[in-house]
Amino acid sequence: MPQLPGLVKGLGVTFRTMLKPAVTVQYPHVKEEPTPRARGVIALKEENCTACMLCARECPDWCIYIEGHKYLAPPRREGGKPRQKNALDRFDIDFALCMYCGICVEVCPFEALFWSPEFEYGEHRIADLLHDKDRLNEWMATVPDFEPYEAGSEMKPKKVPR
Amino acid sequence: MVSLIDAVELAYWQQTGIKVAVILMVIPAGAIILGYVFLMKMMSHMQSRLGPMEAGPHGVLQLVADGVKFLQKEDIFPEKADRMVFALAPLVVLISTFLLFVVVPVGPDLIVEDLDTGIFFALAVSSISVIGVLMAGWASANKYALLGGLRAGGQLIAYELPLLLAVVGVVIQAGTLSMQGIVVAQADGAIFGFDFIGNPFILTQALGFFIFLAAVQAELTQPPFDMPVAESEIVGGYQVEYTGFRFLLFFMGEFGTAFAFAGIASVLFLGGWWVPGFDPDDNILNWLGPAVMFGKVMFVAFLIFWVRFTYPRFREDQLQAFAWKVLIPLSLINIAATAVLKVVF
Repeated sequence: MPQLPGLVKGLGVTFRTMLKPAVTVQYPHVKEEPTPRARGVIALKEENCTACMLCARECPDWCIYIEGHKYLAPPRREGGKPRQKNALDRFDIDFALCMYCGICVEVCPFEALFWSPEFEYGEHRIADLLHDKDRLNEWMATVPDFEPYEAGSEMKPKKVPR
Repeated sequence: MVSLIDAVELAYWQQTGIKVAVILMVIPAGAIILGYVFLMKMMSHMQSRLGPMEAGPHGVLQLVADGVKFLQKEDIFPEKADRMVFALAPLVVLISTFLLFVVVPVGPDLIVEDLDTGIFFALAVSSISVIGVLMAGWASANKYALLGGLRAGGQLIAYELPLLLAVVGVVIQAGTLSMQGIVVAQADGAIFGFDFIGNPFILTQALGFFIFLAAVQAELTQPPFDMPVAESEIVGGYQVEYTGFRFLLFFMGEFGTAFAFAGIASVLFLGGWWVPGFDPDDNILNWLGPAVMFGKVMFVAFLIFWVRFTYPRFREDQLQAFAWKVLIPLSLINIAATAVLKVVF
């Protein structure tokens, strides 16, 4: 009977687990504390966005819709050339398609996209899961500050633009 | 029922009516108690979760809600099914459960029928359920159901033997087949002259108790012996085509049988309804007995369900090998040892 000690040990494991308190959080009654960098919803800092389309191109689900136009801004110095700038007309993320991979947040070179741990934005109509740029902007208020790296790290934590 | 029933002088058919009504209430009540306490709560806590919490305080009414849900469902017959056999199969399973309760005593006078061959009757009727299972497997006109039914047939026949042989040891020691006689034998027994707790046969028949529980586990087709209903390979076996009320009958059959077998195990091995310090004929035991029995039933059921929630499923060959190569030889040794010791002492 070489299996016997293992069988008895298994009974012990289930019995001890039974006596320990369960890890379940009774969600609608009790809210779980989200982990610091939980991927709840994507927030957009509109002023930082240059409509470069990197996020939309990298998105595996094609759930980001960006439209923009170019315009000529007045020159910085007297007699200079007018500058060409991009204006953001539309920035929508369809959270019905999004798979929360976070590639758009990683790939954004202008610090315009951030993860927010908020997750309670369910809708009755699937079309309402399309968040436009105003809605995405509102999520910016819920983005937590980056946690400092562990002691001894030379890296400085990123700043969330407020 | 000397003092309880004779006081009101009921006719035979009236007594029978009361007995039938009591059993008809005990089966769903037992099924719900075991289902709630063990299947829902104990299993959940063993997996570090809470289980149902919304229906009633701590979800006590969850099974009632589930039962109502089952009653609302459509009663579906598969197109090619043998309709009559298909409809009868769950009832055959339930009748086997029903008959099991006939011989389980919960007090000196509280037994439906104190048959002289009580435990023999119990083991005989418990095998009726295999016919219901085979009927369900065949009549569903479904390959998975047929496979499940045949697996159940093979398994129940294989584990019927150790179940019976484990009981033989107890019967030899008690010298009677009557369930009441076995309880009294334990109450009158003594351990080396010390007779306060009598002689619960679990002390002398510990091996028999283990074999009995293992065989009961297999009779109930519960994990680790749940090859016949293995939902991950044959999607529920003989139950696959059943919906609504008929599925509920299978559920009640399984858990009612678990309740009955836990009762039989407590009678055979744990001393049944007898409370230490009382004369086995004392009328007060008609009141204390059911409570004591309930406690013991819950304890045995705890053991059964503890094993159920801990171990993964046996493979089919392991399952058969465990019955024929381990349990049956062990129980034969147990019988021989018991018989020799019975003669010696």
